[in-house]
Amino acid sequence: MKTADQNISHSKEKIFLTDVWLETLGKRSEAVLLPIGALFVGFLTFGLFLYFLGKSPLDFYALVYKAGFGTSFSWQNTLSRTAPLLFAALCVALPARLGLMVIGGEGAIVLGGVTFGVLAGSVSGLPGIIAILLLATASMLVAGVWIGAVGLLRHYRGVNETIASLLMAYIAIALMNHLVEGPFRDPDSLNKPSTAPIAAHLRIGDIPGWDVHWGLIAGLFCCLVSWVLLERTTLGFAARIAGGNIRAAQVQGLPVGRLILCFTSLGGAFAGLAGMFEVAAIHGSANASLASGYGYTGILVAFLARQNPIAIIPVAILLAAFEASSGLIQRRMGLPDATVLVLQGLVFVSILLSESLYGRFRIFYPVSQESEK
Amino acid sequence: MSSTLFSRRNFLKVSAALAGSYALGSMPKLANAGSHGLTVGFIYVGPKDDFGYNQAHAEGAAAVKLMKGVNVVEEENVAETVDVQKTMESIINFDGAALLFPTSFGYFDPHILEIAPKYPNVRFQHAAGLWLADKHPMNVGSYFGYIGLGQYLNGIVAGHMSNSKKLGFVAAKPIPQVLQNINSYLLGARQVDPAITCQVIFTGEWSLAVKEAEATNALADANCDVITCHVDGPKVVMETAAGRGSYVCGYHANQSPLAPQKYLTGAEWNWSGVYTRMVQTVLDGGAIKNFDRGGLAEGYIKMSPLGPAVSDAARSQFKDTEAEMLRGNFAAYKGPLRDNAGNTILSAGESLVETDISLESMNYLVEGVIGSTS
Repeated sequence: MKTADQNISHSKEKIFLTDVWLETLGKRSEAVLLPIGALFVGFLTFGLFLYFLGKSPLDFYALVYKAGFGTSFSWQNTLSRTAPLLFAALCVALPARLGLMVIGGEGAIVLGGVTFGVLAGSVSGLPGIIAILLLATASMLVAGVWIGAVGLLRHYRGVNETIASLLMAYIAIALMNHLVEGPFRDPDSLNKPSTAPIAAHLRIGDIPGWDVHWGLIAGLFCCLVSWVLLERTTLGFAARIAGGNIRAAQVQGLPVGRLILCFTSLGGAFAGLAGMFEVAAIHGSANASLASGYGYTGILVAFLARQNPIAIIPVAILLAAFEASSGLIQRRMGLPDATVLVLQGLVFVSILLSESLYGRFRIFYPVSQESEK
Repeated sequence: MSSTLFSRRNFLKVSAALAGSYALGSMPKLANAGSHGLTVGFIYVGPKDDFGYNQAHAEGAAAVKLMKGVNVVEEENVAETVDVQKTMESIINFDGAALLFPTSFGYFDPHILEIAPKYPNVRFQHAAGLWLADKHPMNVGSYFGYIGLGQYLNGIVAGHMSNSKKLGFVAAKPIPQVLQNINSYLLGARQVDPAITCQVIFTGEWSLAVKEAEATNALADANCDVITCHVDGPKVVMETAAGRGSYVCGYHANQSPLAPQKYLTGAEWNWSGVYTRMVQTVLDGGAIKNFDRGGLAEGYIKMSPLGPAVSDAARSQFKDTEAEMLRGNFAAYKGPLRDNAGNTILSAGESLVETDISLESMNYLVEGVIGSTS
């Protein structure tokens, strides 16, 4: 009697395991194939748009490929635009786990860069690596506090984080302008107010053999860390619970306020790194060029990646390739600069629309299909 | 579900039709159309039809386009970030450009300085006086014009046409180049009437339409009846000021189409002359000077044709001063001159001619300008 029972439950378990496996496979492929499908729908729609403008969609995509991935220069072009997008997207994706829509990453980028530019002079006596680590910490701290404040305002005062973060980005840019044009202006920067140039040993160089700075590696690393944090730690799990239903999380005794503070400030800190690399690897001093819109493109990246830190990597590379190709498209096809923005917009809308299709394609649900029979 | 299928099928049909039509059509032309002759690249920080800084350069590019044996490639809205570095490299690698004009001030340091050493056979020409023989690569050059003189001529016409004796100036940032334009505008007007004042409002950004409109309206409210500006795209200032009944003086490019009746004159860049000369030098196998500057006489700047409203008195003083400038070594800044905080800038007998390098680091507003640099 006992053995028969065991046998039955054993075979049940087997069926159950296959089902679980199939279900997971279905869901995983849905999560990958649906956005890719939406991406191609966006491409096709844009192709129609071009067609009606009298331009060749095939030429267009051939040029995008050539300028984005076609040559080794194209790859370096694309990848050198990728780093800030990775950081900026994390600033959106991390708070998004808690259901917070932070769109003011631009402000954190700007402040991270200014912090590096302003403080670089005071640590230039230290060896390069130590000084850079100290400065990076300071940049992350300032930018983290900035976006963390958005989270706290949300939690304690009920201020809408989307509006607050956007408005604070404007304040951050004004603050930067004040600092680089006022107290920290290098008197030699006549017609382009900037902080003093940072010392040569504080500059961050390129990955050996490449024309791409170390920010790319740092960005990839931060994406991995974020993924582990969200998917493989109790903190990430708690954040997802709170993001799903904040009341339930509170009833469970989860420290919602601390979670919000943690994820918003971590997102801000990553954005601060973007600004730091802009100053240390590109500009060599902090100035108004820091506010160049990476924070806003980051929103697009995070949404296209459905707030998944690993998915952010290919999406950021793809959008960087679009931007890398924008010039060649202007030059060869006579299309305006805004063309790539239209493409990005169409892809964005198409991916957002695809969100409503989850669970609508039976092929991704083999198990429930069977049980319906 | 059926509706999804239907639209999907429809979609496939359309895309198949599209693909078919292209299979019959020509293959994509990816090669550079003009692989013969000299390829010249122009890079702009904003839109090339902004009625301002970028349009002035684009007009220069258009003139180069007409030259024989030259291909022109252009790219607009290129940010002063890694974007411009990669754009320069892309134009060199994909289009084979041998001469580049990255036109925005902020492209020079660090971007041109970063890229130029990698491409010693490409010439990088930058619009500003930043090139230093002892510090910068030899394949980089600087050129710039004394456009402050154009604002001085604007001021002369404005001085004649103003009834309120109050002029207005919408300015981007309190940097030397802008301060020089503001001061020159007032000093020109004071040649007509030493009691004239000029109110200045800084918007803080090179291109910020809303603030430019607000500033222009504030100036009109303050009874400033001739308004000019130094922002990247003067379109908003011109249209708003003319709409409020003020006269306007242009800057960067010719804005008279925006306000035909109210436009008096304007200080314009003459890049078509400058660029065709430089390109011709390269075509002839010569070397472009690494550092070149000039004013009216050298064809670096020009004035918009005088508008219909300009009085005869204004016209004649304008022409006289213009003729004086064309003879060279014109000094708009003559002592005794004080700044608007009362500090002496120049004592009696001192003067700064157009070529004086100290003008490039101006950090004051002269007496008569209402406003502050900080």
